[in-house]
Amino acid sequence: MARHRNIRTMNYDEEYDGYDDVYGHSVEDDYASSPSMQHFLYDRSQEHQMSAYMQSDIPEEDELVSDESKSGNDVGVPSRIPPLGELEQAQLYSCLDLLRDRMGDALSEQAGIDAILACNFDAEKALDQLLKTSVASTLSKSTKSIIKPKPAPSIQVEKIRGSEVRDGKTPVKVVSAKKVVATGFSLPPTGTDASSSADRQPAKQESAVEETSRQLGCLQTPGATPRSTSPADREATPSATPKSQSRTRENRVDVASEYVKERSGTKALLNLVVVGHVDAGKSTLMGHMLFRLGQVSSKQMHKYEQESKKLGKQSFMYAWVLDETGEERSRGITMDVAQSQFETETKSITLLDAPGHRDFIPNMIFGAAQADVALLVVDATTGEFETGFESGGQTREHALLVRSLGVSQLGVVVNKLDMVGWSRDRFNEIVARLGAFLKQAGYKEQDVFYVPVSGLTGENLTALDEPKLTEWYSGPTLLQAIDKFRPPERPLNRPVRLVISDIFKSVGGSSGCCLAGRLESGMMQTGDKLLIMPLNEIIQIKNIAINEVSKGSCFAGDQVVLTVSGADLSDVSLGSVLCDPSQPIKVTSRIEARIVIFNIDIPITKGYPVVIHYQSLSEAATISKLIAQIHKSTGEVVRKRPRCLTKQTSGLVEIEISRPICMELYKDYRELGRFMIRANGTTIAAGLVTGIL
Amino acid sequence: MKLVSRYIERDGTGRVALIPENPEDMWHAYNLISHGDTIRASTIRKVQTESATGSSSSSRVRTMLTVEVETIDFDTQACVLRLKGRNVEENPYVKMGAYHTVDIEPNRKFSLTKACWDIVALERIDMACDPSQNADVAAVIMHEGLANVCLVTGAMTLVRAKIDVTIPRKRKGSTSQHEKGLQKFYDTVLQAILRHVNFEVTRCILLASPGFVKDHFFEYMMQWASKNDNRVLIDNKSKFLLIHASSGFKHSLKEVLADPAVTSRMADTKAMAEVKALENFYAVLQTEPSRAFYGLKHVLKANEGQAIDTLLVSDNLFRSQSVEERKTYVKLVESVRDNGGTTRIFSSLHVSGEQLTQLTGVAAVLRFPMPELEEEPLDSDEDS
Ligand SMILES: Nc1nc2c(ncn2[C@@H]2O[C@H](COP(=O)(O)OP(=O)(O)OP(=O)(O)O)[C@@H](O)[C@H]2O)c(=O)[nH]1
Ligand SMILES: [Mg+2]
Repeated sequence: MARHRNIRTMNYDEEYDGYDDVYGHSVEDDYASSPSMQHFLYDRSQEHQMSAYMQSDIPEEDELVSDESKSGNDVGVPSRIPPLGELEQAQLYSCLDLLRDRMGDALSEQAGIDAILACNFDAEKALDQLLKTSVASTLSKSTKSIIKPKPAPSIQVEKIRGSEVRDGKTPVKVVSAKKVVATGFSLPPTGTDASSSADRQPAKQESAVEETSRQLGCLQTPGATPRSTSPADREATPSATPKSQSRTRENRVDVASEYVKERSGTKALLNLVVVGHVDAGKSTLMGHMLFRLGQVSSKQMHKYEQESKKLGKQSFMYAWVLDETGEERSRGITMDVAQSQFETETKSITLLDAPGHRDFIPNMIFGAAQADVALLVVDATTGEFETGFESGGQTREHALLVRSLGVSQLGVVVNKLDMVGWSRDRFNEIVARLGAFLKQAGYKEQDVFYVPVSGLTGENLTALDEPKLTEWYSGPTLLQAIDKFRPPERPLNRPVRLVISDIFKSVGGSSGCCLAGRLESGMMQTGDKLLIMPLNEIIQIKNIAINEVSKGSCFAGDQVVLTVSGADLSDVSLGSVLCDPSQPIKVTSRIEARIVIFNIDIPITKGYPVVIHYQSLSEAATISKLIAQIHKSTGEVVRKRPRCLTKQTSGLVEIEISRPICMELYKDYRELGRFMIRANGTTIAAGLVTGIL
Repeated sequence: MKLVSRYIERDGTGRVALIPENPEDMWHAYNLISHGDTIRASTIRKVQTESATGSSSSSRVRTMLTVEVETIDFDTQACVLRLKGRNVEENPYVKMGAYHTVDIEPNRKFSLTKACWDIVALERIDMACDPSQNADVAAVIMHEGLANVCLVTGAMTLVRAKIDVTIPRKRKGSTSQHEKGLQKFYDTVLQAILRHVNFEVTRCILLASPGFVKDHFFEYMMQWASKNDNRVLIDNKSKFLLIHASSGFKHSLKEVLADPAVTSRMADTKAMAEVKALENFYAVLQTEPSRAFYGLKHVLKANEGQAIDTLLVSDNLFRSQSVEERKTYVKLVESVRDNGGTTRIFSSLHVSGEQLTQLTGVAAVLRFPMPELEEEPLDSDEDS
C-alpha cells in the first residue's frame, strides 16, 4: 500500500531520469546514445553536467507540480491520515479508489479520507455524504470539475509542454502523475497475491463467462448506485454529481441505450484473425471466401486471374484479393495484415488476414491483438502439415501467440485436402495431433472446431459439394462454423481507449489526417474531443468510418477509421492511444509484468535485450530485473530473485522499455494489459502488465 | 594511438606519453584516464590582461598545463574527451590550484601519470596502439519504418543515424500511401548512409533486416545510384552484404555479427569475439547452470575456488570513480589469469558489452560446477 502514496508524492524528475530520448516523431539523425551509454557518460561525475553536449532537461517540473496542487488535487502533498492498521489502510485506499472512480479527480484526497473514516470504511455511505455535503464546495474548489467540453487544466499545462517539446526538440520526461492516480489501485500493487494471480495467467483458461461478467459488472449492478467509472454512467446517477464533470462531449448520452439504438437489429460484430504457417493457404482461403460471398466482383476476380497469370503466379489469384501490395504479389507472401469484411447468417465479420512468414510475426501479433476469435489454417499436404507443426514452424507459435493474446475460441481449418484425395485418415490424423497440442496450449476442447476444406477449389467454404468429402463429412461449412463463434461482451462502459494502428492522409481532397484502430472500450461520436497519448494533445473527431461507411458513432470492438483535427499529428506514432481526457491511459517506460516463458533455448537473465510487442507497437526493451520465479498454475513464488528464468517457467519481472509507451494494467483492461516478448526472431514469452512503475 | 614514451617503475608508478589519432583513440584515452591521475597536455586558456590605462582585455593563449583530473566526460557521438581538474604545475597563465578543463585533441601529445599502472590500463595501451584493430564496418539494421545506421570499429559501436518513421499500412483497395511512405523511408536511409559512411575506410557495409526489406532497399539504392550516377555507391556495390536480422533494433546487430556470412567475410573482430563469448556464457547457463555465474559476489566466490575458466568483464567497471572498486576488478582479472583462466574485457559500447553491463557487468564460465553457489542469493545491489 505504501506505493499508493508514493506515487502522489513522487518526484517525477528523479523517476524518469536517465531517459533522454525523444519519442513519437521521425528523427533523421537521432544522436541520442543508448541508455546504457548514458550510464557511463555520467558515472564518474554525478554533479557535472555535460551541457555542451547533452541536451538539457526542461526545468518545468516545479511549475507543473504547483499547478496541480492549485487545482486542488493534492498531488505532491501527502494527506493527513490518522495512524491505521495495515488492513484499515488497505480498506481506506480501496474505498478511496471507489470514490475516485465515481467522482473523478474532483475529489480531494483529504476530503475522501475524512469521509471514509467518518463512515467507518463504508464507501457507499461516504459517497453519499460527500455528494450531499460537499458538492458545492467541491465545485468551487476544483476548477476541473466544471470545465465543460474544454480539456481540464492539467491537460492544458501538459499540452504546452508537449508543444514546447516539439519545437525545441528537447528531450521530455513524461509526467503522468495524474493519470496514475486517477485510475487508482484497487489491488495491492505488488501483483503477487495469490487471489488475483490466477487470472493473470494467460495459459490458464479464463472462461469467457468470467470475463463477460466482469465487464457486465459495470452495467448490471442493481439500483441507483451504478458502479461504472464511465462518465455516461455518472450521468445516470440521480444524485447531485456535477453533471458536466469530465465530459468529452456536450450532451453525453447513455452508452448502453445508444448502443441498443444504433446496433439492435444489426448482426453481432466479430473480429476474426486468420493465422497459420507460411503458405498454408490463408489468403487464398479467405480471398476465395470473399469472392464466393460476393465481396469481390467477377470482373475484379477476372482481372486478378489475368494479372497473376502474367507473373506466373496464377495459383495466387485468390490470395491477391488480400495481398494487395506489389511486393506481396510478386513474392507470393503476405507481409502485413489485410483487413476485409463479410457477413455470415448472424454475424458481421471483420476479417484480419495475418502473414504466416516468421519474419512478419510482429504484424501477425498486431492482427491477433485485435481479434476476438481466430482461424488456424493448416496445410494437409503430406509433409507440409508436419513442417508447419514441428519446431521452427509457425503453426505452434501462432496458436500459442493467439491464445496468449486472449483469444479462446479457435477454428482449425484443415486446408488443401484436394492434395491428399480428401483423405479422411489424414484429416483425423491432423485433428488428433493438433488437438493434443491445443489442449496443452490452453484451449478448451469445446472451444475448438475443425473443418476440412480446400481454399483453392473452394470446397466446403460456403457449400459442401465434393462427393469424396461428403462421403465422410457432413458437418458445417466453414462459413457456418464461423457463424457459431460467440461474440465477446464489449466493455462499452469503460473509458475510451483506441490504440492507433495506422496513420495516413485522408483521401478525397480534405486536408485531414486519418487514424485507424480498434476501439477497445467505450464509445465515440463525431464531435468528441479526445486526448491522444503520449503526445498529450486534444483532438476532435470529424468523421467516423466503419468499413468505409461514415457513421455517427462507434462502439467498443469496432474497427474504425477516424478523421481528426486539432493537433499536429506528424508526431503521432503507432501505439499512441486515443482516450477519454478525464481518464487518460498511463504512459510508462518501466513495467512490472508476469511472464509465461515458452520453449526457449537461451535462459532469460537480467539485462536480456528483447522486443516487446504490444498492440500495434514493437519496441526494444530490456528485462531489467528478475523479481521472482513463480509457480505456473498456483502463482506462488518458487524462488525470489532467481539468477535466470528457463523454458516453461513463469516469472515476475521488471521490464525497461526504450521509450515511454501507453500501457494499462491487466486487471484494468485485459486486452491492453497483454503483450508478447520476442528475441532473436522467436517468441520467448507472453506477458501481463501487473504494475506500471 | 601512437606511443611516444613510456616510463613505468617497478612499483607501478610512471608516465606514458601518447598521441591520439582517431576518434576511437579518444575512447581508449577515456578508458585509460582515471580520477586522480595527472595529465599534461596542450590547451587553450583565456587570459585577462589589464593595460596600463586600466582597461582590461582578454586573449587566448596556448599553453602546456598539468592538471590533476577530477572529472572526465566523454561524448560518444562527437568522440570528444574533456577533463577537468586543478592545475598542479607552475604556469605563467594559470595559478596553482586553479581549475581548468582540458580537451584531449587529436594529433596532439598528452602525457598521463598514474600512481599505479595496472594490467588493465597497460593492456589498453597495447590495444590502442595495435593497428590491426582498425577494422571499420558499417551496419544498417532495419525493418519497415526503423533503421539504425551504425559504425562498428574495434572498440566501439556508434549509432550514427536513427531513422524512425511511421509508414502507412496497406489498406483495402489502396496501397499507394504505403508504397510512397516506404520510398520516402528508403530515401532517408539512403541519404543517411551517404552522409555517415566513409566508403574509403569502410571495408564492408552490412544491410540487415527481417523479411525482404534489405533486398528491397538494396535494389532501391542501386537504382537510385545508377539514375543519379552516384559513383561512390556504384563502385562500392560489392562491399554491401545482405544479412538476416530479426528486427531493426540496434541489439539485433548481435545476430548480424554472429552470422556465418559475416564471420567468414571478416577476420575476427573484437565485436564478434565478444558476441561469441557472451553467447557461450548463456549456452552454459542453459545446459549447466552451476557452471555459469554473474554478479560480483558469485564471481568472486567462484574465483576463490579457482574455478573460473573464462571471465567476462565490462570495461565500464574499470572506469569506476572509486579506486577501490577499480582495484577489485583489476585484482580479479589478475587472479583469474594467474589461475590459468582467460579474461575478456568487453567494450561497453558494443552491443554485447551493453548487454553484459546490464547483467551486472561481470560474468564467468567455470571449469567445474559449483552448485553450492546457486543456492546463495545474489547481491542486493545487483538487483538495482
Ligand atoms: N492445392 C491447393 N493449393 C492451395 C490451396 N490453398 C492454397 N493453395 C496454394 O498455396 C499457396 C499459398 O497460398 P497463400 O494463400 O498465399 O498462403 P498464405 O497462407 O496466405 O501464405 P502467407 O500469407 O504468405 O503466410 C498458393 O500457391 C495457393 O495456390 C488448396 O486448398 N489446395
Ligand atoms: Mg497470406
